[in-house]
Amino acid sequence: MLRRALQLGWSRGLFIRRLGTRRGGSSLDWDGNISEIKKKIQSFLPGGTWNPLYDTSHLPPEQSDVVIVGGGVLGLSVAYWLKKLEKIQGGIRVLVVERDHTYSQASTGLSVGGIRQQFSLPENIQLSLFSVSFLRNINEHLAVVDAPPLDLQFNPSGYLFLASEKGAAIMESNVKVQRQEGAKVCLMSPEQLRNKFPWINTEGVALASYGLEDEGWFDPWCLLQGLRRKVQSMGVLFCQGEVTRFTSSSDRMKTASEKEVILKRIHEVHVKMDNSLEYQPVECAIVINAAGAWSGQIAELAGIGKGLPGTLQGTKLPVEPRKRYVYLWHCPQGPGLEAPLVIDSSGAYFRREGLGNNYLGGRSPTEEEEPDPGNLEVDHDFFQDKVWPPLAQRVPAFETLKVRRAWAGYYDYNTFDQNGVVGPHPLVVNMYFATGFSGHGLQQAPGVGRAVAEMVLEGHFQTINLNPFLFSRFYLGEKIQEQNII
Amino acid sequence: MAAPRTVGDRSSWNLQNRSLLAASAFRTSLGDQASKGPRLQAQFLLSSLPNKSLRLVVPIWNRSTRGIRGLGGAVAPEGNQKKRTLLQFLSDHFYDVMALREFLLRMQMLKVHQKNRAFPHIEEKHGPYIAGAFFILKQGGAVKFRDKEWVRPNERGHFSLEFLQFQAVPVEAVDASGCNINYEGLNSLLALKELRSLSLRCCPHLDDWCLSRLHSLANSLEELSLAGCPRISERGLACLHHLQNLRRLDISDLPAVSNPGLTQILVEEMLPNCEVVGTNWAEGLKLGPEEQPQDTASPVPA
Repeated sequence: MLRRALQLGWSRGLFIRRLGTRRGGSSLDWDGNISEIKKKIQSFLPGGTWNPLYDTSHLPPEQSDVVIVGGGVLGLSVAYWLKKLEKIQGGIRVLVVERDHTYSQASTGLSVGGIRQQFSLPENIQLSLFSVSFLRNINEHLAVVDAPPLDLQFNPSGYLFLASEKGAAIMESNVKVQRQEGAKVCLMSPEQLRNKFPWINTEGVALASYGLEDEGWFDPWCLLQGLRRKVQSMGVLFCQGEVTRFTSSSDRMKTASEKEVILKRIHEVHVKMDNSLEYQPVECAIVINAAGAWSGQIAELAGIGKGLPGTLQGTKLPVEPRKRYVYLWHCPQGPGLEAPLVIDSSGAYFRREGLGNNYLGGRSPTEEEEPDPGNLEVDHDFFQDKVWPPLAQRVPAFETLKVRRAWAGYYDYNTFDQNGVVGPHPLVVNMYFATGFSGHGLQQAPGVGRAVAEMVLEGHFQTINLNPFLFSRFYLGEKIQEQNII
Repeated sequence: MAAPRTVGDRSSWNLQNRSLLAASAFRTSLGDQASKGPRLQAQFLLSSLPNKSLRLVVPIWNRSTRGIRGLGGAVAPEGNQKKRTLLQFLSDHFYDVMALREFLLRMQMLKVHQKNRAFPHIEEKHGPYIAGAFFILKQGGAVKFRDKEWVRPNERGHFSLEFLQFQAVPVEAVDASGCNINYEGLNSLLALKELRSLSLRCCPHLDDWCLSRLHSLANSLEELSLAGCPRISERGLACLHHLQNLRRLDISDLPAVSNPGLTQILVEEMLPNCEVVGTNWAEGLKLGPEEQPQDTASPVPA
């Protein structure tokens, strides 16, 4: 009887204890305990500066299969698709290295957040269409159990491109390509334009193209946070730090035509911690360069472009930061709720922001007046001289307006042909690019992420053929020009 | 946000189990010794047993239950909520529960997609009008062919297939109140080119993306009701400017619209020929304390 009672007590105790998994473990006074143990070990084994049990929880892991340099929307999208397309769950270890977790200078957060299909290249149109379907079902793709749904704040108001007589023929052929790819774009004459948007002055406009569906603007911050949340729940590791060095090995190889080339392979990425000299070499198999405006520097660290000019070794990644201003103004008599994102034939653009007659806009400077990208200060004279006159000419209501706010952001500007660079480098064999989109990286991020993940996992593009965007075009000199760059 | 998991969780759990088993083996051997020992010892044990066993069991009971309640402590102790937090707790600790919950979430989404599949074989055989009508009726909505009576499903969702003869008759009005139509499902609806009246009241899956597609009905649509759709905001309403033939638009009771009064005015400006029905925006204004209606202030006499 007594034994039974005892056994019962114990067995019940055991049964209940078996249910709970969190017991003891990391108690509140973890650091205190550790320092006590350290002292004890020091007293047993005294010896100079030897420091036992060093806490390395803030450092990135020593090994990772894939290291993604840059935790912006492109980097996170690559991480997402890598985890999504991996064959075995948890099969790939992915580390995202981001320099600034506040994203204060990152292009993602500072962008205007537009999405459009009105490009001239079929690849760009396909990328945008893929991204639109991703964003439309964002709460299915980026669903996390127990997390609230994302509110992307998508404004389906469309893009309105205006062309002068000179650009009308190009616009017509572009719209033809866009329609072939499945985008819902219509052409409008100045007459139709006047009827639909009476606030536009159609002087000098020969033709307009207007996106009816799936075009507009959204909240880039929401996409970034949604991706971050999802990627974290999928087991991707994050680290705040800067990539300072790659250790690589090189092999002399001969091509089929008996030409000698040096192939490089990156073995370790040195990640320097924030505000300290401490660094951690991370052993990795693949490095993905998604550092946006600074990806040129990262490529240089890997030895890309260090060779005789004109050879493949000497071909640099032609991506550099370019500063672009965005102004927010108030205009009580401005266009109403129906206003799309208007892109004037001069290159100036604007869109409605919220309901209170506020408008966002800007313009890309010409090559000669390109501002110094060293800081993110705003040049207010640029609005007065270059942005306002064409806009006021196009929309007469904008003659009276008041600039409320302005900011600047970086474009990861591809000086070669203003298009993205996707896929591996031909000589540094395990560095992959996802950069150089010159201002439309945000809207194409979901598609590009998938393309890069497919390239890493399968060795070729599957969903969208992005072969024209490979690095080798810089060496071969094959420009694939995109006409609709804002 | 689900915390990132490591394999360590599981191995420590096994380790703990093993140590517990070892401890229990040790204890049973102790118990054997006690039973063999002198009577005095047994008596001592007997007298101290109730207390001891209590002390052994009670704290553990408390601890494990505290673990469950502790997690749900911030949430109001309602039946549904409690279940949710218990599931949360379990999915924090077990991979299988987590995977199961992810699977359930995916199934939930898949169900909406399945319900919104078009019926290509019907469209092939009977044309777009019949296919569209069939889709709406399947969803639980009602359809009106031109110069015909409304066709509605009964409570069980059954409907007569008489309308299959109306192949050449265009659909004039659709009442899809409370249906699970989403972006894909609109495909069948947008094929009804001569639709004049469309009611999409209280559709839970209708969002701003869907509204941007209504432009293909711009030539015919005269009446549109979007009342009570939880996911429609002012951003989607902005692209209704394509529908210039609209005579009546109901945008009352949209919870996602941030400024219902201002939005209504702006929509009225955008569609000058259209009667816009919105919530009476004076309703939302709070009356001053002295203006409060008297009869509600003193409902029960003393």
